[in-house]
Amino acid sequence: MADLVEKSPCAGLVPVAAGALRLSEIALGPITSVAPYKGQAAAVAAMLGAQGLGWPAPGQVIAQGAARVQWFGLDLALLIGVAPGAGLADHAALADQSDGWAVLRLEGAGAGDVLARLTPLDLRESIFGVGQTARSDLGHMAAAITRVEAEAYEIMGFRSMAGTLVHEMAAAMTRVAARRTSPAKGR
Amino acid sequence: MRIDGKGRGIDHSRVLRFSFDGQGYEGVAGDTLASALLANGVRMVARSFKYHRPRGIMTAGSEEPNALVTLGRGAAQAPNQRATVVEMHEGLEARSQNRWPSLGFDVLAVNDLMAPFIGAGFYYKTFMWPRAFWERVYEPAIRRAAGLGALSGVAAEDGHERAYAHCDLLVIGAGPAGLMAAWAAAEAGADVILAEEDLAPGGRLLAEAEEVDGIEGADWAAGLARDLAARPNVRIMTRTSVTGAYDGGTYGAFERSAPGMAARHGAPKGCFWRIVARRAVLASGALERPVAFAANDRPGVMMAGAVRAYLNRWGVAPGQSAVVFGNNDGAHRTVADLQGAGVHVAALVDARTGVECALDVPFYAGAQVTGTSGRRGLEAVMVATAKGEVRLAADCLAVSGGWNPTVHLACHMGARPVWDESLAAFLAPEGAVPGMEVAGAAAGRFSTRACLASGLEAGLRAARDLGLPVPNITAPPAQDGRYDILPLWQVPGRGRAWLDFQNDVTVKDVVQAAKENFRSVEHMKRYTTQGMAPDQGKNSNVAALAVLAAASGRTIPETGTTTFRPPYVPVPVAAMGAGARGKGFAPERLTTSHGASVVRGAPMIEAGLWYRPSYFPRAGETHWRQSCDREVAMVRQSVGVCDVSTLGKIDVQGPDAARFLDFVYTNAMSKLAEGRVRYGLMLREDGHVMDDGTCARLGAAHYLVTTTTAAAGQVMRHLDFAAQVLRSDLDARAISVTEQWAQFAVAGPNARDVLAGVLDEVPDLPFMGFGEVRIGAVAARLFRISFSGELGYEIAVPARFGAALSDLLVARAEAMGGGAYGMEALNVLRIEKGFITHAEIHGRVTAFDIGMQGVMSTKKDFVGRAAASRPGLMEEGREQLVGLKPVGEIKEILAGAHLFDEGAEAVSANDRGYVTSACYSPTLGHVIALGFLARGRARIGERVRAVDHLRGSVTICEVCAPGWVDPEGGRMRG
Repeated sequence: MADLVEKSPCAGLVPVAAGALRLSEIALGPITSVAPYKGQAAAVAAMLGAQGLGWPAPGQVIAQGAARVQWFGLDLALLIGVAPGAGLADHAALADQSDGWAVLRLEGAGAGDVLARLTPLDLRESIFGVGQTARSDLGHMAAAITRVEAEAYEIMGFRSMAGTLVHEMAAAMTRVAARRTSPAKGR
Repeated sequence: MRIDGKGRGIDHSRVLRFSFDGQGYEGVAGDTLASALLANGVRMVARSFKYHRPRGIMTAGSEEPNALVTLGRGAAQAPNQRATVVEMHEGLEARSQNRWPSLGFDVLAVNDLMAPFIGAGFYYKTFMWPRAFWERVYEPAIRRAAGLGALSGVAAEDGHERAYAHCDLLVIGAGPAGLMAAWAAAEAGADVILAEEDLAPGGRLLAEAEEVDGIEGADWAAGLARDLAARPNVRIMTRTSVTGAYDGGTYGAFERSAPGMAARHGAPKGCFWRIVARRAVLASGALERPVAFAANDRPGVMMAGAVRAYLNRWGVAPGQSAVVFGNNDGAHRTVADLQGAGVHVAALVDARTGVECALDVPFYAGAQVTGTSGRRGLEAVMVATAKGEVRLAADCLAVSGGWNPTVHLACHMGARPVWDESLAAFLAPEGAVPGMEVAGAAAGRFSTRACLASGLEAGLRAARDLGLPVPNITAPPAQDGRYDILPLWQVPGRGRAWLDFQNDVTVKDVVQAAKENFRSVEHMKRYTTQGMAPDQGKNSNVAALAVLAAASGRTIPETGTTTFRPPYVPVPVAAMGAGARGKGFAPERLTTSHGASVVRGAPMIEAGLWYRPSYFPRAGETHWRQSCDREVAMVRQSVGVCDVSTLGKIDVQGPDAARFLDFVYTNAMSKLAEGRVRYGLMLREDGHVMDDGTCARLGAAHYLVTTTTAAAGQVMRHLDFAAQVLRSDLDARAISVTEQWAQFAVAGPNARDVLAGVLDEVPDLPFMGFGEVRIGAVAARLFRISFSGELGYEIAVPARFGAALSDLLVARAEAMGGGAYGMEALNVLRIEKGFITHAEIHGRVTAFDIGMQGVMSTKKDFVGRAAASRPGLMEEGREQLVGLKPVGEIKEILAGAHLFDEGAEAVSANDRGYVTSACYSPTLGHVIALGFLARGRARIGERVRAVDHLRGSVTICEVCAPGWVDPEGGRMRG
């Protein structure tokens, strides 16, 4: 009988630091895509509500401790950090996505400036505050970007693209860090 | 000469050393290269484009046509940098361009003597014969002689970056109007970006001697800018030229890095911004225009506004004795500033009659400058007065022909500017760019007071449009000078009078163009080259079209302008493409077994964005065919392992999942039993094959669709479209799980033995069966499918275990005399079986063409059914999939070769088909191929010729049924 050793998507690629900026990999625990069947949205919301969560509006993250529900597209959300409750599969298509995503945390002063070099998202606090999420481009890749603190973001990219993802992020971090050490105002 | 105590923009105490053409000089902090050269008395800085005439600094901004220099060397070499915007820094090294052997003695200055023969159209008329000479002789010679700076030929380093910015209001230009607009909107609470091309806000206030709000204008601007910069909702971007206006409130901008920052490790040289703004205020100011008179291009002839800027901002006197020539009140102001700085003014020449002069200066009203003289710079100015011509000694001639509002950005989306008679200038029409308002001098409001008021109004209107409370702000008191222009484009007379200094286009050239019937301004531009190159006619367009209007007997508005296009100033292509060079152009997708493949020395092949191993060379193998043949034999005789994770995997669930799949597949997936797998074909709506793959039924309402590697994205998109648009009545949800699972093919007679050592228990799966299995604590999926024709399985685990499982499977296989196999072997194995890939289903073939018309159900509707059943797509004469093998002397078949009847000439009229895939089959010992042949299925056993015109290969082939190895399929079923 074999015993398989697991490997995280960004093993050997992170952490990366530049100035006050840090990029690290985070383990979110189980990730399950939840796509309610026809007419089941309310039932799904109720079942998630029983876990202290709920069904997210577009761009929203509903968090409860380490568990959260993250909007992920049209009638689609990710249930993160907790296994789906019994019976949820009767109301929604569930698929395990725990291994499909490389999840990075970018933090530090200027984190928004780093992302501004990679994604066309409007990251102004008034538009994209803490608890907001969006799916967008990041460099030439598709990504999901979530603001978790004023100057901290979580970035989900395809596992297979983890190398490019970290490379692009690190390059932008270097640029931003070099700008921010400017004696003049960094922006 | 530097003037003691003058120059509000410089720090006299901070000396910076620089060099120009190898000669060392000193400048000071705050200088541009241009101001430092003028301070050092360097007047000639360039040779002109065509005639190689001596040229000097003419302006003090990004519109500079003459003073183009080359900075840096090797990979960092940057030609055509405008000295007027190059910031001084310690060690700056600049070189002049377009001269040989030196700026002072330039051999090609002989062109100037030949000027009468090489005017506009000269090339077109002269270098006609012999025809072949153009490309080989004339063009290279002309290109060498003419032109601007040169690239080093060394690829530039990736030193730039790109970025996005978002705001409520973008203010373009931080002069008095822009500052007021930004202030008003910021006060209202809007997110404001204030973009300024210069290194500091202030605009003309930095260059003029005047007061705003009771203090020096430049100080007022600096104070307001400081206040704005401290606000969280304002972002001031200096050194940033907004270069283009695009759809949806998007603007392009190029930011030059300050020299101090650019020198830091990792810092960008520049940044190309895409700014998205809900509203914009264009406060880009105006550009002063020259007047065309004879020899108006001599070093020392400068724009009057630039002379004031050098005096007031940089404390530099551009000469010791000046003449000022103008057609508006700005000329008088220039005299006052020159005299205030202690520069002798030999005369004020005002083209207007009936004007007064309040200054103590020789004053000629109703007079015009008719010419200049001097060797390498201005020495004397000829003036035609009412009383006859006078000759005045001067080394500086300040000229003002009036101001052109900088309407470029307002015209980037197709709007044409409108002629304003009273200003003798073009203005932007209203609504030229949605969401953009033009303010200040850009809107023809030339006095400082008018600029402040206009900027304030624009800022308040923007606030109102954004739904913000309108703040109570009033414009500070400021000077409200007169403009009072008399249009003057050219001074008649003998001698060449320059319109476009950068391209060496004179009045005579434009008149010649009109004579030869290039009457459209767009034709004139292309015939004479006026308005091309880095400055894009910023200095010359209006004057040139005025001359064209006069020469063709039309008015200026009738003549119109050329088209304004982005970018407003030159932008390095390296900035627009920053980060996207080489591998930056596309992300790399790596499988979980990638590291192990690299360790085994496997060369990678790109499949879409994926990197897949092409073969795994072993010791002693020197050619890919050796490795490939061994790997094929390994699979046929023992066992091979191949990473197939790149195939698309789509999870489909829901009460109507079966019906939904019936709709997208040609065959009936609803009939598939649970725990079984079926081959499936998807068509496009036009009846042609889109993709093929397997479909497994994991549960009653749960399927797993696999796609080819290349079409994974396309199929996912297709399923989304089908679910949301075509069959929104069905309750089924599809989501990609490609990234979730690492999947490996284990193929060969010993496949079961490999699995036995890995799985806790190997289920007894039938061919095309599916089962859930375990590897220790890990839940895995096992499919009994085969793309090689051998006993085959595919085993999938969550991707985190992919690397470990790959190592384990390969080690087990190697212990049995097998091992890993790559794409080359995979390809040979499938051709030997006659299995297709996208080489065959390339987008132009139908199910009928590949012999799969039987896979199209007649009992249900499916995407593409109607089109696929049209007679033309089911016709026997169509090119059909066949196998080919060489039967003549020549034993090679090349993919891409075309097929002809054996006796027919190999011309396109006789074309009967083509080869799609070919390989050497180690199992059969000869070459085999797949291809499409007209009536192919009826021609099995016949001979055709495969002709590859490109590589000169001709092979006699026998047509076979596709599939050579184990055609009955006993091995994979067994």
